[in-house]
Amino acid sequence: MSWRELPIGGMIVEPGNSIARKTGDWRVFRPIIDQDLCTRCLICWMYCPDGVIKVVDTPYRTSKGRVWSFTLEIDYDYCKGCGICAEECPVKAISMVEEVR
Amino acid sequence: METLESPIRQVRVVLNSNYAVAYAVRDVDVDVIATYPITPQTGVVEKLAEMIAEGELDAEMIHVESEHSALSAIIGASATGARVFTATASQGLEFMHEVLHIASGMRLPLVMSVATRAISAPINIWCDYSDLMNVRDSSWITFIASTAQEVYDTIIEAYMVAEDPRVLLPVIVAYDGFWMSHTYEPLYVVDDRSYVRSLVPRRDRVKLDPLKPVTMGSIVGPDWFYEIKYQQVEAMKEAYDIIRDRDRDVGKALGRWYEPVETYNIDDAEIAILTYGGIYGSLLESVDKLRAKGYRVGAIRLRLWRPFPVNELYKAVKGLSTLIVVDRAISYGASVAGPVALEVIATLHRMGAGLDVVNYVAGIGGRPITERDFEGMFELTLKLSRKARELGTLYWGVRGVSYE
Repeated sequence: MSWRELPIGGMIVEPGNSIARKTGDWRVFRPIIDQDLCTRCLICWMYCPDGVIKVVDTPYRTSKGRVWSFTLEIDYDYCKGCGICAEECPVKAISMVEEVR
Repeated sequence: METLESPIRQVRVVLNSNYAVAYAVRDVDVDVIATYPITPQTGVVEKLAEMIAEGELDAEMIHVESEHSALSAIIGASATGARVFTATASQGLEFMHEVLHIASGMRLPLVMSVATRAISAPINIWCDYSDLMNVRDSSWITFIASTAQEVYDTIIEAYMVAEDPRVLLPVIVAYDGFWMSHTYEPLYVVDDRSYVRSLVPRRDRVKLDPLKPVTMGSIVGPDWFYEIKYQQVEAMKEAYDIIRDRDRDVGKALGRWYEPVETYNIDDAEIAILTYGGIYGSLLESVDKLRAKGYRVGAIRLRLWRPFPVNELYKAVKGLSTLIVVDRAISYGASVAGPVALEVIATLHRMGAGLDVVNYVAGIGGRPITERDFEGMFELTLKLSRKARELGTLYWGVRGVSYE
């Protein structure tokens, strides 16, 4: 694409296109949820500035036999690795692991 | 009341250049005006406020707290598709500086008048072109008018050019503070304002619209920023041909013909004096006087500063042995201190025109430049011969400076 095809003045003329920009590659540390420790309190879901913590309808049975009706997953396509979820988690169920590329 | 019938009815009135701006802004029917007063521009927005109060103009006037806000306010208004205007001078133009680049970078067709004035310190409210020359690189199309008539016509032309979809760049129309902003001259204004409006039809462009959202002025990284700035380079180039076309349109519609480079007695001239703004009238007088003394001398006026009229200037100076450029601003520490002289030298070097360019700086801080001054510069140039060029810049009339 040359300067001719770009919208004038760098305007963004298609609304809602931020989905096309995957920000996951900004990440240096990857948050990983320990599903056994997680109490499903949803504090991480509330604090995440990018809304990448997803509540999915997959049941989970912990090693001690407790059954949760849902699971929390992180959308790594967009998670920037800021670590707010790990900081806020009251049971320290999220650890930040260095990305290896 | 004297009228000019051809090609449409025009009325002869007596206005200063500030009021000439206001009449033209009224006649093109602007929607939003942001105002912050600064001498010597204030007459423009005073007159516009009066026109709105009298019901002659249906526009929103925003009273802002600074020039930075004035330009920002009309950027916002223009982004929604409105036709906008503001006016400033001197410190006000300096205070707008960062916003000037935002206006041009967002490709908004703003029009602003500048009644040129010196820049502090020391405080000085009188005319020179330091303010205008300081914003040279902000990607605004820049006209410099030399009469109130030309100010009126050029404001109309400015909207024609700025709103052209191939251009979409903001435009400054500059003229001498006080020498023109406060000096009354006879000029013609169009009687039927709907005629002026028909010359500047409303055109569609990308704008802020909740039903069709866009983002303007968003962040662009190193991967695309250069291409977007290059669009401005091309728009400025393209603007040149469009300005030439609009010059002809103005000529046909209003009966007054403008050129980016205006000349006087140039055909058989050996030496010419080039300047800009209201002092061109005095220059024409001195050319007549020098001609009467037997010198083959001509005059050149630069009307269009950005985009710079390279080919027209080259055509005008071909055949001259020496060109004297009288600048009205100082680029401190520069090889040649006159901003227009620098541009002229670069142009003539590029075009391979082998003639001497001699640069004078004059009129700083409102010091008058009379016919006698132009004659003096001409005579000193002859006396100094090649040394005049080698000096780089001659500071005309400074007490304690001598070149002889």
